[in-house]
Amino acid sequence: MSKNLFVGYNERDTFMHRLSGSTKLIGFVSLSIIGMVTFDTRFLLGIFLFSIILFWKSQIKLSEISFILKVIIAFAAFNIFLVYVFSPGYGISIYGSHHMILGNPNQFFNLSWEELLYLFNVLLKYTFAVPLALIFLLTTEPSEFAASLNKIGVSYRISYSVEITLRYIPDVQRDYRTISLAQQARGYEISKKANLITRAKGAVQIILPLIFTSLDRIETVSQAMSLRRFGRHNKRTWYMARRFEMADYLAFFVIFLIVIVGVLLFKVNNGRFWNPFN
Amino acid sequence: MSNKNRSVQTVVATGIGAAIIFVLMKFIAIPTGISNTQVNVAEGFLPLLAAIYGPVAAGLAMFIGHALNDFVTYGSPWWTWVIVDGLVGVAFGLFKRQLDIQSGKISVSKLVLFNVYQVVVNFVGWVLLAPTGDILIYHEPAGKVYVQGLAAWLLNSISVAVIGTVLLVLYAKTRTKRGSLKKEK
Repeated sequence: MSKNLFVGYNERDTFMHRLSGSTKLIGFVSLSIIGMVTFDTRFLLGIFLFSIILFWKSQIKLSEISFILKVIIAFAAFNIFLVYVFSPGYGISIYGSHHMILGNPNQFFNLSWEELLYLFNVLLKYTFAVPLALIFLLTTEPSEFAASLNKIGVSYRISYSVEITLRYIPDVQRDYRTISLAQQARGYEISKKANLITRAKGAVQIILPLIFTSLDRIETVSQAMSLRRFGRHNKRTWYMARRFEMADYLAFFVIFLIVIVGVLLFKVNNGRFWNPFN
Repeated sequence: MSNKNRSVQTVVATGIGAAIIFVLMKFIAIPTGISNTQVNVAEGFLPLLAAIYGPVAAGLAMFIGHALNDFVTYGSPWWTWVIVDGLVGVAFGLFKRQLDIQSGKISVSKLVLFNVYQVVVNFVGWVLLAPTGDILIYHEPAGKVYVQGLAAWLLNSISVAVIGTVLLVLYAKTRTKRGSLKKEK
């Protein structure tokens, strides 16, 4: 049931798989930050196309990600609908001009090219980072992820927490499934057939054992780690850490160029918005 | 327990706490119909994690759990909400000393006080901080984000009030009461 719910690492030999985790992490973080801030449609389209090409290059199959794509499309569509319904004239107030398609600016519900451009920007913002995130998830081995977090300056305790999270998600999930089946066998209903109260009660009957077994596990694991002297030194090395190679430096250069272009566009546009209506 | 041991425990509690939050968010969310908002069971687990392990573990665990969940469901984390969620965890953790759950005694007045505190914390987080962040960073219309914020405030407060309180009481019962042992005469 939950097999296609997740996207996870798949071993292949492509350019993206060979890049070090730190490079991909830095790339993802810097591109998503610059994309989050900018409202330049051309720039967002550019990043989107760039990430689609990378996606295609890393040979990820559509069947691996079909589920997540459906969720994202539903999420984006619903949000854009809300953004429009709550203030259809928002585009006009941002761009300061009105080129109407339907209605006039004095009505509440109207449609202008400005609003359409704004909505298109919002859609791009919801989606442009998705291919990058998927590439990152599908081409980076989970244990290398913690090593790369540490490499880019996150303290090793926090990196190790992330590593523990990734390590224990499958365990907690398995516990959850076992407990859920056991409780359902005893008659607790958690499916859509039941009403809200019954479902809530059913959920509590599952999370109680789940949480209490997990608290025991925290105890055991932290004792084991103390015995092995975790946290003794200020630094630690990682088995999965990778050295930067030529390709990584090349990637850094490309990322740097894209970010610089994004920053320069703020100057050119006099702000975060690209305004084609002037 | 020494300081070193406690820091190891914080690391582990953060990691496993985040894994639990991730699984709870992924599987036991009861949808309400308003986008991005559901009765979040993970939110109800947060007070217990905060009461046992403190602000750092609770804040980081919520941050990591929420970010990972967004990552694998929506492709990219919705940073403003992820950060606010982490801050709410920190705020719950700051109440650790008042709650003093390890003593095994948890009175009604403590629980009432905690619930007043959590409603205020959720208000500051979801009605003031999160929507303002959405407007500044994502430039979304104010009406939409404030409605979402209000919904999140109500649902999270209810989740913490019901599930959170139940968990706190049940956990306190498993602790040995302080002063329960007496020297025989």
